Amino acid sequence: MTLGFYPGCSLKGSSREYAESVLAVAGAFDIFLEEISDWNCCGATAAHNINRELSVALPARILSLAEKQGFEEIVVPCAACFSRLTVTKHELSADPSLRERICEINKMDYKGSVRILNIIQMLDKYVTPSLESRVTKPFDHKVACYYGCYLVRPHEILKFDREEDPQSMDDLMLKIGATPIDWAFKTECCGAGLSVSRTRSVGRLSGKIISDAVDRGAEAMVVVCPMCHSNLDMRRDAINTFLGEKIGIPVLYVTQAIGLAVGIDRKALALQRHFVKVTI
Amino acid sequence: MSTDSHNSSLSKLGTELLVQTGVKVTHCYQCGKCTAGCPLAEEMDYPPSLVMRMLQTGNPELEERVLRSFSIWVCLTCEMCFARCPMSIDIPKMMDYLREKAIKEKKANPKAKEIIAFHKSFLDSIKYTGRLYEIGLFAGYKSRTLKILDDLSLAPKMMKRGKLNILPEMIHDRSGIAAIFRKTVKKNKN
Repeated sequence: MTLGFYPGCSLKGSSREYAESVLAVAGAFDIFLEEISDWNCCGATAAHNINRELSVALPARILSLAEKQGFEEIVVPCAACFSRLTVTKHELSADPSLRERICEINKMDYKGSVRILNIIQMLDKYVTPSLESRVTKPFDHKVACYYGCYLVRPHEILKFDREEDPQSMDDLMLKIGATPIDWAFKTECCGAGLSVSRTRSVGRLSGKIISDAVDRGAEAMVVVCPMCHSNLDMRRDAINTFLGEKIGIPVLYVTQAIGLAVGIDRKALALQRHFVKVTI
Repeated sequence: MSTDSHNSSLSKLGTELLVQTGVKVTHCYQCGKCTAGCPLAEEMDYPPSLVMRMLQTGNPELEERVLRSFSIWVCLTCEMCFARCPMSIDIPKMMDYLREKAIKEKKANPKAKEIIAFHKSFLDSIKYTGRLYEIGLFAGYKSRTLKILDDLSLAPKMMKRGKLNILPEMIHDRSGIAAIFRKTVKKNKN
């Protein structure tokens, strides 16, 4: 089966291990992810902070390309890109005059026909049905499922999981033999786009998240967003400075945890690319 | 001016917010849940509920202070305030509007220089290549802020792990992307 694939910029650069593990897991379940040809950046936080029309036009171009290339469904693993694309689809369907203006700006047609799946929705739809029977090495660890902001909020538009105590990733982890912990920071913000401009704020916000996970016995954190990952993993020095201690808990993408459980090679899952060593 | 903000008529900015974002500032009854849940409230000059109150007064001087505040820039749009607001006030959408307006009117808070430099460098990369080019982003950010020494140790560590592309990924339709920027961002510049 073939699905459209929007990797987004992070998955081509600083979070390439997310792309590698998504593709490895998809491959193991006979799903072919075909990249949308000539896709552009969704604009991320920068665009909607600076210019609303730009923040809608950039994701709209991606959706128009997907339509033109015949994709009915596209997989968007980055939670931030998923949010921008879904919010754009919502705004264009709610406001015909905005849609007209954006089509004029982009010089492209837009029908709004493409279904957008985040990584959990893709896994639930195409992997979960056969997942348990495929587990060869149960991921027998206590995990903190960290959803972040963009996967679940705003619920009115994304219509995905619960905003403050989501369960979908916890359910997936149960299926691969892990024990998700009950904790308080599932959807607290990691500091997101302040990573470079206010690294100390990221140390504080991500530090609180990690410290709650560790206090409650988690052996690994599981995430679905490259921004969350880079803040919790690459910004570990800032986190340790805030906490005043050295915390060694690794941060895995959901597809890396699933990949390990179904016996995919560690290297193919690109665990070696993380800053914090993955020893589990 | 009426002291009852729930019944008072909307000010110029209040009306503008209603028309442009659908947010009616008078709906806020000051419960403070947004501020209680805001992860950045302690770094703000005015926490979200106070921003709402300042806008409710319709006092032009307070509205001006909101536009010039640091709060609107350090807001991460994590959407927690919106999720918890009993009146479903879309504060993040309002923040986006206020940021854009602050830039347009050259009123952005000086403390937000780095945050804005990051956003602008990010957009520059998209404008020229169609995608984010991380080395270009860092270079642009450093030249805008002169924070040359920040994160110097990060690049070699990323490189070693194959997380940093030396060359940008260029999309084919760069002229299409340039046109999008021309018709959106550039149009806003005075």
